[in-house]
Order: sequence, then C-alpha cells, then structure tokens
Amino acid sequence: MNRVRRCIYGGMLLCLPAMTSASGGLKDLHFGEALYYARQGEWFSAIARLDHELVQYHDLDEPQLDSLHFHINDAEFSVGDFELSYRMHNRAGRAIKAVLEANVAPAVRNEAAYRLAKLHFQKAQPAQALHALERIDGPVPDSIRDDLAFLRAQVYLANGRFSEAIALLEKLRGAEAYRGFVEYNLGIALFLAGRQEQAVMQLARAGEVAGADAASQAIRDKANFVLGSRLLEDERFAQAVQYLDRVRLKGPFSNRALLSAGWASASQEQYDRALVPWTLLAGRNVTDRAVQEALLAVPYAYGKLDVHGKAALLYGSALEAFGKELSRLDASIVSIREGRFLKALVREELKQDSNWVIKLRELPDAPETWYLTELLASHDFQESLKNYLDLEALRKKTAAWAGHLAAYEEVIALRRAYYQPLLPAIDRQFRLLDSQRKLRLEQRDHLNQRLQSLLVMPRPELLITAEERQVSERLVRMEQGIDRRRADAAPVLARIHRLKGVLHWNIHTDYHRRLTEAYTHLRELDQAIQRLDEIYASFVRTRQAATQSYEGYEDTLRRLKARAVRAQETITRLMARQGSLMEAMAIEELDRRRQRLEEYQVKARFALADSYDRATGKQGTEAVAP
Amino acid sequence: MGPVFRRVVACLIGWVLVAPGWAAPGVREQMKGLDEQVQDIKTDVLAIAAELNRLEEKLLYPSGTQVSLFVSLASGEGFRLDAIDIQLDGKEVAHHLYTFKELEALQKGGVQRVYTGNITTGTHALQVSVIGKSEGGSDYRHTTTANIEKGIGPKLVEIRLAGPGSGPGIDVRER
Repeated sequence: MNRVRRCIYGGMLLCLPAMTSASGGLKDLHFGEALYYARQGEWFSAIARLDHELVQYHDLDEPQLDSLHFHINDAEFSVGDFELSYRMHNRAGRAIKAVLEANVAPAVRNEAAYRLAKLHFQKAQPAQALHALERIDGPVPDSIRDDLAFLRAQVYLANGRFSEAIALLEKLRGAEAYRGFVEYNLGIALFLAGRQEQAVMQLARAGEVAGADAASQAIRDKANFVLGSRLLEDERFAQAVQYLDRVRLKGPFSNRALLSAGWASASQEQYDRALVPWTLLAGRNVTDRAVQEALLAVPYAYGKLDVHGKAALLYGSALEAFGKELSRLDASIVSIREGRFLKALVREELKQDSNWVIKLRELPDAPETWYLTELLASHDFQESLKNYLDLEALRKKTAAWAGHLAAYEEVIALRRAYYQPLLPAIDRQFRLLDSQRKLRLEQRDHLNQRLQSLLVMPRPELLITAEERQVSERLVRMEQGIDRRRADAAPVLARIHRLKGVLHWNIHTDYHRRLTEAYTHLRELDQAIQRLDEIYASFVRTRQAATQSYEGYEDTLRRLKARAVRAQETITRLMARQGSLMEAMAIEELDRRRQRLEEYQVKARFALADSYDRATGKQGTEAVAP
Repeated sequence: MGPVFRRVVACLIGWVLVAPGWAAPGVREQMKGLDEQVQDIKTDVLAIAAELNRLEEKLLYPSGTQVSLFVSLASGEGFRLDAIDIQLDGKEVAHHLYTFKELEALQKGGVQRVYTGNITTGTHALQVSVIGKSEGGSDYRHTTTANIEKGIGPKLVEIRLAGPGSGPGIDVRER
C-alpha cells in the first residue's frame, strides 16, 4: 500500500508545492535535507535520504507523532519525482501503474495516467503513451490540464493522428506556458497533415513569437529555419530567403540557415547574393558540416560568376582544409579507441559548468569532442551519456564505501581491543556497587513504611535522637545500679525519675516536629536516590553502548561488503558496455564525417581542375583577342 | 556542377528535416537493455546506501550521544550567505563555504545537515557565526550563542539564518 500511496503523490511530479519551497513551514529536518540535495540535482543522495526516512516513518507504531507526518504526502510525492529525475523510470512507472489499479479518486488516477503517458513518451514509446492517455476519463486536476493537452497533442503527432493534434494545439494557443511551443508544433502538425499553406502561415507566426528570453529566441530561430528549409525544398526560393534571413547569426541554427540562404539565392541564379551568407559561413569553424559545404559552395558561386581563377584558388584552400580535417578526424578516431573520449566525458571540472557539453569542445587533449557536438546533443547519445555518468558516480560511491567498510572493521577491532579487557573489572565493581545500591533502596523503603505507619499510629519512641537514646539507657542503668536500701537512695531515684520525665516530655511534645523533619529528610533522600538512579541508568546505557559499539556488526559488514563488491563488478561491466556503445556511436559519426569529407575532396579536386581549365581557357581567349 | 548542386540541396533538405537518428535500431535495442540494467543497479546501490546509512548511524553516532546541526534560511531571504562557522563547547565543529548551487538549494527550502557528531547528555554551548552580503551588497557578519540541552535521544538542532534587518539573524531551534 505504501507503494500505492507513494504513487498517488509520485504521480504529481515536477511541480514541488510552494509549502516546501521555503523552510518556514518545514517541520521535518530530514525531509528538508532530502530537498537540499534534490535542489542541487543530487538525486541519488536525495532518494537515499528520503527513502530512509520513509521506511523509518512507516515502521513507527504511531507515525502521526513523527515530524515527517506533516509532510508525508509531499515526501511520498517527492521521492517519486526524484526517481524520475534520476531516470529510474521502471521504479517510477511501476509505482504509477499501481495507482492506476488502486481504488483512488478519478482525478488522482487520471493524473497518474498522464504521468505514465509522459514517461512512455519520453522513452520514445508513443503507442504505449497513447494507450495510457486513453485511460483518462473524468476530472483532471487544473494544475496539469494544459500539460495534458500538450502531451496529448505530441502523442497524437507521434502516432500520425495529425488532425486530432491540430485541433488540440489550436485550443492550446492561449496557454501561456506553451506559447511558442504550441505555435511551432502546430506548424509542424499542419505540414505533416499536408496542409502546406496553413503550415507556412503558422510557422511564420511561430517565427515572430514575442519574448526576449532564450526559449522564445530558440523557438523563433527554429521556426524560421524549418520554414525556410521547407520553402527551399518546394523551390519557393525568394520566400525561403526571407525566413532564413530571420535566423540569428549567433544561434544554433545560424550555420545551416546561412548555408540554406545561399542555396536559395543560388537556385535563383543570384550567385553574387549567395556569396554573402556563404562567405560569412566559410570563415567559421571548419569542423561544422555546413561550413565544410560552404567551402565548396563559395568557389562554386565564383565559378558561376565566371571568376574561375578565384574559384580555383578557393577550391585549393578547401582541399587543404579538408585534408587537415581528415587528419584530425583520424587522430580523433585513434583517440577514441585509446579511451580518451570516455575519460574526457567524466571529467569532474566539466560537470561544474551547466554548459559542459559545449566546454567539451575546448579540451585540448580530446580532439574528437570538436566533431561530436551534434552527436553529444542527440537524444540517444545523451541517454547513453547520462547512464555512463550515473554509472561513474555509482562506481566512485561503491569504491568509497569499500574504503569506509574497511575503516569500520578497524574501528570495531580497536573498540573491542579497548573495551574487552576493561569490562570484566568494571562489571565486578558495578555488581558490588549495585548490591550496595539495592541495600540502600531497601533501607529507604523501610524508612518510608515506618513513617507511613507513624501517621496512623504515633510512636514517639521511634523518633528519639541518638543522644536521647544514650541518656535514656544511662538513666536506666543508673536506676538499676542504686541500692534502694540505702537511706539516700530515694532522692537520687526521684532525680532519675524527673530526668526520665523530662526526656519523655521532650520526646512526646516534640513528636510532630520530628515527624515533619523525618519526612523532609526522606524527601532529601529521595532526591539523592533519584540522582543515584540517573547515574545508574547512565552507566547502564554507557555499558550497553560499549558492548554495542563492537558487537553485532559482523554479519552486516560481511553482507554489505559482498553486496558492494557485486555492485562494483556489475557497474564495471555495465560501464564497459555503455562506454563501448558510446565509442562506437562516436566512431560511426566520425566515419560518416570522414566519408563526407572524402566525397567533398573528390568533388573539390574535379572542380579545381575544371576551374583551372576554365581560367586558363579564359586567359587564352583574352590573350588571342585583338 | 548542376546535378551536384541538386544533390547537395537534396542532402541539405534531408539533413534539415530528418532528426538525426544516431543510433541504428539494433544499437537502440542494446541501449534499451543497458538502460534497464542501469536502473536495476541504481536500485541495488540505493538499497546498499540505505543499509550503510543505518550501519553508520548505529556505529558512529549512536542515538544516546548523537547530535545533528542543520542550517536553513528563513523564507524569503535574499541575502547571500558566504560562510558559516559553528563551535560546540568552544571547539569548531563545522566551517562551510557556500557554493551558488548550495545557496540556491537553501533558498528553495532545502535544509543542510552541516554537522553530525557525538556529545554527552547535559547542557552544551553552541556558537554560530555567519558571513555574507546583504541584499544591498554590504558585508554582513553576525554571531550568536545559545545553549542546547542533550537528552537521551538523538538531538536535532536547526540553525535558521536570516539576513540583516529581518528578525533574529540566527535563530537556534532545538527539535
């Protein structure tokens, strides 16, 4: 049931409630600690801590008395969120399915279905995502209404149900959170549905989405670039140039937009115009495939403009650049095979920077990363890379644990060596003191009983002082020692009786004061006994702690060591497989680049020869001309 | 160059419109299988971490002597916390310099466990010093002292920090 409960809240992911956004309402520090790690993206630590707290909470007899009780819903919800963020989709997915099959409110079940659909969609399983969405029936929480509609539209698109996607996206136009995304996706959906003219108008609208933030700029660039490219494909060159020119010169689509803009102009035989974007592009980093193509396109345009000499020179430069690039690609492939690519990916300093993929390009000793920006940005590679990095983090953790466990064994051995010889003597002394303590406690109880009985039946003789007892005994002895036959015995006996009377008087008249005083003393004794009990309890705890500090750990340590070793072996094996998969993907990409460059080289060589011929021919013609 | 040009344009269009499917179907299957195994090992390692946490707590910080100090920011605080220094019974037990990420995590409601250790039952003196910058950019330093009472169970102490001009700069709360 815990799992189900977890999922109810696990279903409500990615929007931590405001209550936990400030520590003002936080009652449970351990939950706050899990949030502290989560806010830093340290999902493993966040899950480990929160799981630990939740297990302890559910083991309690009266969990409602625990401080986590105030946040239990958030905590259950958050751990599911953390699992998804840590890409433990199976665990989170199983949890969501449990909600779907549980007897929960329709709104909760619908939200769980939405989360399951999102999970499938993220894992590129559109059919399963659609199946999950089809389970939604009835009320949907307001907080996910737009998210659900947008996801549904994306899933319809992925499943080829374009008209339904279009209808949904049109309704979503007012949703502020998806403003630019809706416009763009609607344009794509219209294209896919074959409604070309509407698609063009829609993408043009998406290309003018207002906003100075990075997301709006990215949407505008992408919409203008895709629209320009589609128009280029449809041979609507003038229109294509219009949209391609709107793409920012410093954005991620800049190179490709410049290249396309050049081709759009060239297609209209406006080679001088084509030279403007191409020349700009040709001056950029030669590792980019658009730049490489521009190196051929620029001399091609010069050729078309009958400037064959310049064209020949530029083809020569292109050949030189391609040659250098091929050498670097070869070096990169060798570098990857030597394992340097994987080493570069797991560098700690890179992870400190949110733009670490871009920073990878700047590593001096990992040339291959220059060529792999696109690969690194692809979904498949990103997933593999995240797994690899997660495995690397797990490897470090388990390796550190092996060290910790060895240290714990040493700590335990040291404690045993210290305590074991000491404890028998301490125990002997303790037993002696304990018997004395018990005796004193019995005496105290006896005194208490006596005082209680005096309340019912006063017995002043029980409260006489030691001095009075001595005097009384002396008087008795004196009385017994007097020879009553002597004539002077009578006055002595009279004095003794008088003294006994005084004693008796004092004892009886002072009885109540003495009783009160005895009670006061008993209370004082109780305080001393209370202190004695505290010391006793403290000693017992310390004594137990001494034993517990080295006994009872062997099985746990042995088990943990074995599990850590097994985990390390599995991690090493998985890292090797994941790493070689990534290396293979990287080498395949570099090979593709290599082949393309070789093709470009061939084309450049032919074009170079052709340009020389034409330049020479032209010179010859000019020379023979009158 | 004409046919070449056409081919180049065709390639270009394909390049633009087809999302790069870097992994072939077979490779994608391998990736999926690996992903499942990575998820399994994460579950295993989390379970080990949980058991290790329990062991550490029992072995290193038994409940009878355990004390944990947590740092949080009062809600809505915009001051920049640079460092915290904590002394327990006159001895420095924690000194932490905050990164931007850590500070952001605190501002978003996270609570940092800054120290876990062992102390005897009874009263202990806690001194907390904070260095930072106010929202206006001026230097901010503040020190406070408090007594904490350690009983038989684990002792949790929250040190809630606030910037200048917003209530007690450092609020020590025993839990």
